[in-house]
Amino acid sequence: MHIDITKRKGERVEFSDASLTRIKELRANLPEGKHKSAIIQVLHMAQSELGGWLSIETMDYVAEVLDITPIEVYEVATFYTMFHLDKTGKYVLEVCRTGPCMLVGSDKLIEHIENKLNIKVGETTADEMFTLKTVECLGACGYGPMLQCQYKNYEFLTPEKVDDLLQAMRNGNLETYQP
Amino acid sequence: MKGRKLLIENANISGIESFEIYQKYGGYRAVDKALKSMSPDDVVEEVKKSGLRGRGGAGFPTGLKWSFLAKPEGIPRYLVCNADESEPGTFKDRYLMEHIPHLLIEGMILSSYALGANLSFIYIRGEFMWILQILEKAIAEAYNKGYLGKNIKGSGYHLDLRVLPGGGAYICGEETALIESLEGKRGNPRIKPPFPAVKGLWGCPTVVNNVESIAAVVPIVNEGGDSYAAIGIGRSTGTKLISACGNVARPGVYEIELGVSVEEFIYGDEYCRGIANGKKLKACVPGGSSVPILPHYLVTKTASGEDRLMTYESLADGGFATGSMLGSGGFIVFDEDQCIVRNTWNFARFYAHESCGQCSPCREGTGWMEKVLYRLEHGNGNIRDIDLLAEINKKIEGNTICPLGDAAAWPVAAAIRHFREEFEWHVTSREEALLRNYGLSKEPVTV
Amino acid sequence: MVKVTIDDVEIEVEVGTSILNAARKIGGEVVPPAMCYYSKLESSGGKCRTCLVEVAAGSAADPRPMPKLVASCSTPVADGMVIRNKTSDRVRENRAGVVEFLLINHPLDCPICDQAGECHLQDLGYEHGKAKTRYEEDRRTFDPIDIGDKIKLHMNRCILCYRCVHAADQLTDQRGHGIINRGEHAEISTYIEKAIDNDFSGNVIDVCPVGALTDKTFRFKSRVWFLKPMEGERTCTQCSGKAVLWMFGNEIYRVTARKDQYGEVEDIDGKTAWICNDCRFEKKDVSKWTITGPRVVDRHSVISQGKYETKMNTKIKRIN
Repeated sequence: MHIDITKRKGERVEFSDASLTRIKELRANLPEGKHKSAIIQVLHMAQSELGGWLSIETMDYVAEVLDITPIEVYEVATFYTMFHLDKTGKYVLEVCRTGPCMLVGSDKLIEHIENKLNIKVGETTADEMFTLKTVECLGACGYGPMLQCQYKNYEFLTPEKVDDLLQAMRNGNLETYQP
Repeated sequence: MKGRKLLIENANISGIESFEIYQKYGGYRAVDKALKSMSPDDVVEEVKKSGLRGRGGAGFPTGLKWSFLAKPEGIPRYLVCNADESEPGTFKDRYLMEHIPHLLIEGMILSSYALGANLSFIYIRGEFMWILQILEKAIAEAYNKGYLGKNIKGSGYHLDLRVLPGGGAYICGEETALIESLEGKRGNPRIKPPFPAVKGLWGCPTVVNNVESIAAVVPIVNEGGDSYAAIGIGRSTGTKLISACGNVARPGVYEIELGVSVEEFIYGDEYCRGIANGKKLKACVPGGSSVPILPHYLVTKTASGEDRLMTYESLADGGFATGSMLGSGGFIVFDEDQCIVRNTWNFARFYAHESCGQCSPCREGTGWMEKVLYRLEHGNGNIRDIDLLAEINKKIEGNTICPLGDAAAWPVAAAIRHFREEFEWHVTSREEALLRNYGLSKEPVTV
Repeated sequence: MVKVTIDDVEIEVEVGTSILNAARKIGGEVVPPAMCYYSKLESSGGKCRTCLVEVAAGSAADPRPMPKLVASCSTPVADGMVIRNKTSDRVRENRAGVVEFLLINHPLDCPICDQAGECHLQDLGYEHGKAKTRYEEDRRTFDPIDIGDKIKLHMNRCILCYRCVHAADQLTDQRGHGIINRGEHAEISTYIEKAIDNDFSGNVIDVCPVGALTDKTFRFKSRVWFLKPMEGERTCTQCSGKAVLWMFGNEIYRVTARKDQYGEVEDIDGKTAWICNDCRFEKKDVSKWTITGPRVVDRHSVISQGKYETKMNTKIKRIN
């Protein structure tokens, strides 16, 4: 089960000036010497801004920015499931599979997406457009089945709605998608 | 029973997420009142009088929890709001924060004032990033209007409020794991003692309260603790947000007066409006995935034939043998076509996935149960596996660092207790079990 | 000082003492086994749950029993507390459960494991475990890896006691390894497979209760019970220079710190005698050491059996 570390290497990347200012602000908002508390927030920023996943280089960079050791970042990043440690597609579809969503058909939804994209859970499409993941409860139990993508919830999904959503993502006009 | 709403009455007013509209509808009255005419201890006293019990699941009296907070000189104390809502079936805090964020902020100001905290935190699960933005906007407004920051409304009290996100970990809903995560570490629950009230965030005395508990402090201060306590039955006072999901006709978040009957909640027009698609009720998990499942014949009536009510006591009537818990208010309903084994496996998988991996009974036990249940559900089980499961969960329950072990053990134990026949059928009729569901369980003949 | 009773034995200990340390003061069979607690490492303990005990009376002031079994390593005593360890069926039963949990994913590779003979999990399984496994699933597996050229990590054998993490935090300049992933996938790792390079990093081997971290300079050289443990000393600028030399004939096969009956590195002159990597890995030549005498190994019977302890005792008796 050891990780193929070669696949987790990435390019050396850096935050934009705006983000660095934001991180400074985050640190200033915390008591003196407690800047490590900003780590999860900064990892979210890194993942969003620096390629959609956290390569070893990105994590080392986060460690540098926060003045902590790399292992502290690895420990945290591998604990929390929102952080992707392997390269992902442009859109990571995270479908909730937990009880309440299962009761209203998440299993079928997952199967539908697998067939539609011709990938299994955990895989990325050949065009690197989509990665399909299943996740545990996202706190949308009354609005299932649902998926989350780029911090946005898509709820009360049906196969038709998912097809529309995927099409909108593919066409690069996500804003036209009507839930 | 008249359905008074103390928290989300105004949630659907257009623009209520803004400071102006919220204030127009009576918002921040409680802060004005408390800072002008109440001492911090007065606020604590009202909360004690209200009988408010922690709305995150454990139901521990909030006022009592506050009174445990150590207050050594010269050391800061912290209030942390637990907005890491992730118990399957629960989506009530999300609703409150999304629709009426200023209610939480007002509650945070009141509670921080009561506890003498000058820096408070809201820890929100990372998957609610858009709500974090809603909260940050509302906080900025409150700073602008002088309700946060230095010398709030000329009272001399100052408070800073910050929101920090999680990164995807159910375990961070456990208060010491939450504190670890706030400190920027892995969400490993701490070994207790010491408790957070003595040594919490950065080693300082800390109170961690659920979103709904903190929001409830607003009506308590406005109307007085006695008036809050007048709602409800016995030790179940006030109102509670219940998030209904699964196979109900109208899933959603409902604010109920504690004491509404379960029958009315499931079938009433004001609430869930019955089972979806005209099907029959098979089972119900009334308080979030970790509480024991109840078979249909124990949902609306207790074992002794009394009406089951939505209160801490009535839902627990019969203990774990025939009762369950109000828990977090995540009300999950199963129709006749649902498979209990599949659902039990699903929940077991959830807990195995969310175990932090620190202590051996939970790390190893949750994974073991998941694997055995997977086999049972997929036609590879043996009869002895059912007893093995019961054995494993007895060895997990009570032996772990934090309550996740219990939360993982209880659903499995309860499912086997009430639906053993359905488990056995998955072994004796393997092929059939792969093709169809078992259906309703028979009510045991009581003697 | 407070008075507590453990398995019907009364003892007075200082306020704030843990139940486990109170039991260690009594010694013998009332001492609960501990796999993760390590008195010389701050904030260790609480995780493995093997030291669970029953508190039959909380204190003299509040004599109610505690509803759950408690981890004795991290629960402080109270005056008048009554504790049951070996006299409690509940403890025995649940401890057997914990041992079972620790073993379900542990490989049965004792015959090729360097730790065999001095492995705390072997002892624990022998004393508190069950004869058969009920685990029918696939065991979790990892590939063994090198963390540096001197230390081997067999994650399969790890019980996630966190001792090595605390040791690296507290004994070395900068911790290079830690716990990654979570739940049953949690593992000890450097993540990027980099070498741990630090003068005191070798101590992670000594604190490891199982064969997860082993000394590569000793790997497969000999079973520990074929070796003679001798106390050796040398002048070292980095550490106490007081160690145990594991010898065969006149050859040093491996060097470890001196450990007490609980497997913890001993205090010498008021300081925990951790040893440096130079003494541990580089000084295998007998001429580098002054051998002061045989090491009495009293806990791990398989090592001491038929060796110094008994022979010494006979000798002493004869002299007398």
